[in-house]
Amino acid sequence: MQLYLPIAEVSVNAFTLLGLGGLVGILSGMFGVGGGFLITPLLMFIGVPPGVAVATGANQVVASSVSGVLAHLRRRTVDLRMGLVLLAGGMAGSSVGIWVFSILRRMGQVELLVQLSYVIFLGLIGLMMAQEAIRALRRAARPGPPRRAHQHYLVHRLPLKMKFRASGLYISAIPPLAVGAVVGFLAAIMGVGGGFIMVPAMIYLLGMPTKVVIGTSLFQIIFVSCFTTLMHAITAYSVDIMLAVMLILGGVIGAQIGTQIGLKLKAERLRLFLALLVLSVSVKIFFDLVLEPSELYTVVPGRLP
Amino acid sequence: MIRLALALLLLALPVRAEQVVAGLSQNRVAITANFDGSEIVVFAAVARDAPPPKGKLDVIVTIEGPLAPVTVWRKARRMGIWVNTEAVEIGSAPSFYAIATTGPLPEIVEDSYNKAYRIGIGQVLQGLDVQRRMPDADQFAQALVRLRRASGDYQVDAGAVRLDQQTLIRADVQLPANLTEGRFRARIFLLREGRVIALEETAIYVQKEGIERFLHRLALDQPALYGLLSLGLAVLAGWLASAAFQWFRR
Repeated sequence: MQLYLPIAEVSVNAFTLLGLGGLVGILSGMFGVGGGFLITPLLMFIGVPPGVAVATGANQVVASSVSGVLAHLRRRTVDLRMGLVLLAGGMAGSSVGIWVFSILRRMGQVELLVQLSYVIFLGLIGLMMAQEAIRALRRAARPGPPRRAHQHYLVHRLPLKMKFRASGLYISAIPPLAVGAVVGFLAAIMGVGGGFIMVPAMIYLLGMPTKVVIGTSLFQIIFVSCFTTLMHAITAYSVDIMLAVMLILGGVIGAQIGTQIGLKLKAERLRLFLALLVLSVSVKIFFDLVLEPSELYTVVPGRLP
Repeated sequence: MIRLALALLLLALPVRAEQVVAGLSQNRVAITANFDGSEIVVFAAVARDAPPPKGKLDVIVTIEGPLAPVTVWRKARRMGIWVNTEAVEIGSAPSFYAIATTGPLPEIVEDSYNKAYRIGIGQVLQGLDVQRRMPDADQFAQALVRLRRASGDYQVDAGAVRLDQQTLIRADVQLPANLTEGRFRARIFLLREGRVIALEETAIYVQKEGIERFLHRLALDQPALYGLLSLGLAVLAGWLASAAFQWFRR
């Protein structure tokens, strides 16, 4: 069944869209990532213009994150307080990011910047996570002395200490604010929710337990992607509501299934899967940049900037 | 200059011994939610006051979408990666262009007529960026035509026009599913011995309708409201799915 998208102005198969939404929804529920880093390249692959793909991807992320957060709220695996602190930093960071993005757009090389940041950040984070997850899996397989409950880093000596009960943390508010700001900034540059950066940052930099990380990340992503969607709708008219509805239908169902799968899997294994997924997207974009493309020319509507 | 040449050519047309009268299967194309392309049938007849003169009679049918500027980028390797390095702006390119003929274009139309009436695909692109023009700007134009032919936006169909008894003309043109809105210009050329002897022009209006039209207008006229509506739908869908799953699990 073909469906004509009013804003993208292309005709695509409705079931392809449902499937794409479902796939990304499952990942979203499993890992607590919004899935923006997957949905945007996939939409472009099926012929949706890049601007519409980024903006509508953000809208679909809102739906799957709401669905995921509600599932996590019922299990009390959301640290609302931590989420709000991260969000405050995130909003500031993403405002700066959108500003930088528009400057680079005027310079005409924004596409390259997006691709490079995908390769660098997805690659680095994927490698770090994979390495850590494999180490954790080995440790679990071979019984040894129990780990110390608390390790004291610089994080514990900063002022403005706050109690994050759901995470079992008593740390300064400054690191979460900074993490939120950096993630918000990168998310705006890369046109994604930023869950794939947020999740490892929460685990490794803030020391939050994996169990609350996913719900808290999703909670934060809802607001960041709402902000992004609105910005795109107002400045570029590039949100395609018809496309979004099809992706969302698949996505919300997928997110519920993903949450169930995620609960059954071991945390270390879950992290390894996410790491491999992130790495493979990074490698794919890396090869797109390095190998000679089969078509050197591209057509963009509109005049030269 | 081009207009002047065109005017002269029109004046130079022989006394209208033969004329073409044309009709379309439809003058309006509605893009609805399940729009999957559309077929336009062009039918025409040659009207004469006298028996047909000698010489081979040919017909060219063109359908041209609205004109818009486009930019063509070319990638080159810089420090090991492929990046867009050069761009050429093409001031006016039709979003869609189809040519149907009774035979291969170079054989049925003289070059001067082809240029004056802008018939061939090579003639339809205008306004190559002159100021920043580089020596190989033509390659960019060729790339645009190649890409759009590959996607079906530009079509050349030699032999697709049926001409019966030197009088009745019929051509089927397939409009693609990825159509843009606007006024499409249909032209029917009558040629004898490679010269244009008659031309009939008519228009097809392509418009979004129903929900497509409503959403498109809303997105442009009330972007904030539209954005909030999109978000509202997303939040509602997320909540509904979560509630439904919980209900199922009970």
